[in-house]
Amino acid sequence: MTVFLTSLGAVVRTWLAELGLAFRTLFAIMMSGLGLWRRPRLITDQIHFIGNYSLVIILVSGLFVGFVLGYQGYYTLNRYGSEQALGLLVALSLTRELGPVVTALLFAGRAGTSLTAEIGLMKAGEQLDAMEMMAVNPLQRVLAPRFIAGIIAMPILAALFTAMGVFGGYLVGVQLIGVDEGAFWSQMQGGVDVWEDIGNGVIKSIVFGFAATFIALYQGFQAKPTPEGVARATTRTVVLSSLIVLWLDFVLTALMFK
Amino acid sequence: MTTLVEIQNLHFSYGDRPILSELTMVFPRNKVVAIMGGSGSGKTTILRLIGGLIAPNSGQIRLEGHPIATQRSAALYQQRRKMGMLFQHGALFTDLTVFENVAFPLREHTNLPETLLHDLVMMKLEAVGLRNAAGLTPSEISGGMARRVALARAVALDPQLIMYDEPFAGLDPISMGVTANLIRQLNDALGSTSILVSHDVHESFAIADYVYFLSQGRVVAEGTPAEMAISDHPYVAQFVNARADGPVPFHYPGKTLAQDLGLSGGAQ
Repeated sequence: MTVFLTSLGAVVRTWLAELGLAFRTLFAIMMSGLGLWRRPRLITDQIHFIGNYSLVIILVSGLFVGFVLGYQGYYTLNRYGSEQALGLLVALSLTRELGPVVTALLFAGRAGTSLTAEIGLMKAGEQLDAMEMMAVNPLQRVLAPRFIAGIIAMPILAALFTAMGVFGGYLVGVQLIGVDEGAFWSQMQGGVDVWEDIGNGVIKSIVFGFAATFIALYQGFQAKPTPEGVARATTRTVVLSSLIVLWLDFVLTALMFK
Repeated sequence: MTTLVEIQNLHFSYGDRPILSELTMVFPRNKVVAIMGGSGSGKTTILRLIGGLIAPNSGQIRLEGHPIATQRSAALYQQRRKMGMLFQHGALFTDLTVFENVAFPLREHTNLPETLLHDLVMMKLEAVGLRNAAGLTPSEISGGMARRVALARAVALDPQLIMYDEPFAGLDPISMGVTANLIRQLNDALGSTSILVSHDVHESFAIADYVYFLSQGRVVAEGTPAEMAISDHPYVAQFVNARADGPVPFHYPGKTLAQDLGLSGGAQ
């Protein structure tokens, strides 16, 4: 019993220490990010990089998710004779839920792993130490621009994903199955609310961008500077980001639900 | 002769494992001082401590009479402006060209116009003989060249203190000689102070003004290279003459062979 309690205590303590370190790092990154307003180039370069990493996979996935939504939505709606609402169903599913969540999951797998590996290998190659010795703070020079870029890139990527998804739903629903085109678009226009649906979706994707980018950067920064260490950190990035994105999605949906 | 860096009664350990103890060293201005010792004797740790990358458990390190500031503080970044460090494998930024690597500290710390910056970088690369390699990336150059690029980058801001972590490790004899000469020439040309961590006796003795011998985290001998070459200190003698056995045992300490084979009462 005592052994069990001791080991439980040790686990909780390690976990709390880890959490504390993570939040301290997060705070340090955010504080050093404040100094970046004088060098916006560092951030825009990273938005370009991070956005490009994920652009193709996001566009293609969006299209396919839209195809599937077209089919599945039609299958259900057709039972109630309301297939005209297909446009609305596709748009709401994407803006409220699938756009932000699937984008974040794909982002974690594509850009997140790149960030972790990049930072981890920079650490393994003593590049971060070298930067420190050149009196340059790597938190400010390397981590903060990527962090801010991730937060900015995520809603943009989610918007592109959603747009491609709607297009995919249109192709399948209207062009292939033959749902009335006017109804498809007008129901969507009438039923999607800018603040309730799109606004909440944007808030979600900003929160996901914050979480997924930070996890990726933190895992890279804390990785053991060895090949196994970087490999483990990369795996942890995907697992942790995915779980936290899905958990945050539940919390945010519950908060936004009316 | 004034002192640039001073270490007083320093202790450092990773967890329970002591790395350095009772360390006292002096690095006078304009000198090349070598710290020598076997692998794992704590040599590199000394450089990381002076650079403020890690903090000592007790004792003090002073740069120009001021203690090294705490990690991530603005004061420490100020102190580091006076230092340059050459890492063992160069630690070049792999996503930047040779030119941009050397330009990096200049871009970060100055607002020089592009033409002036270009000339400065080219002069630094000229000093290490790699002006024509400016457009290459770190993956396209050899280990010895990478080390020289890193050296050009370390001295880009003309630091007062230049620290070298194993500058000769893994180099062929020609590159080794080239690097050794460069270290001495740069030190004298810039009027800086160099700390050289190495286990290469021949090259280090050729360019150092003073040598500290380190064993298991303690200074066991010190003096000019000439004094050390004829030292009768058992560790120094073993090291300088590269003998396989001596005060530094061939076998990693622990159980005896007999115990491991179950031949004596030691093993159960």
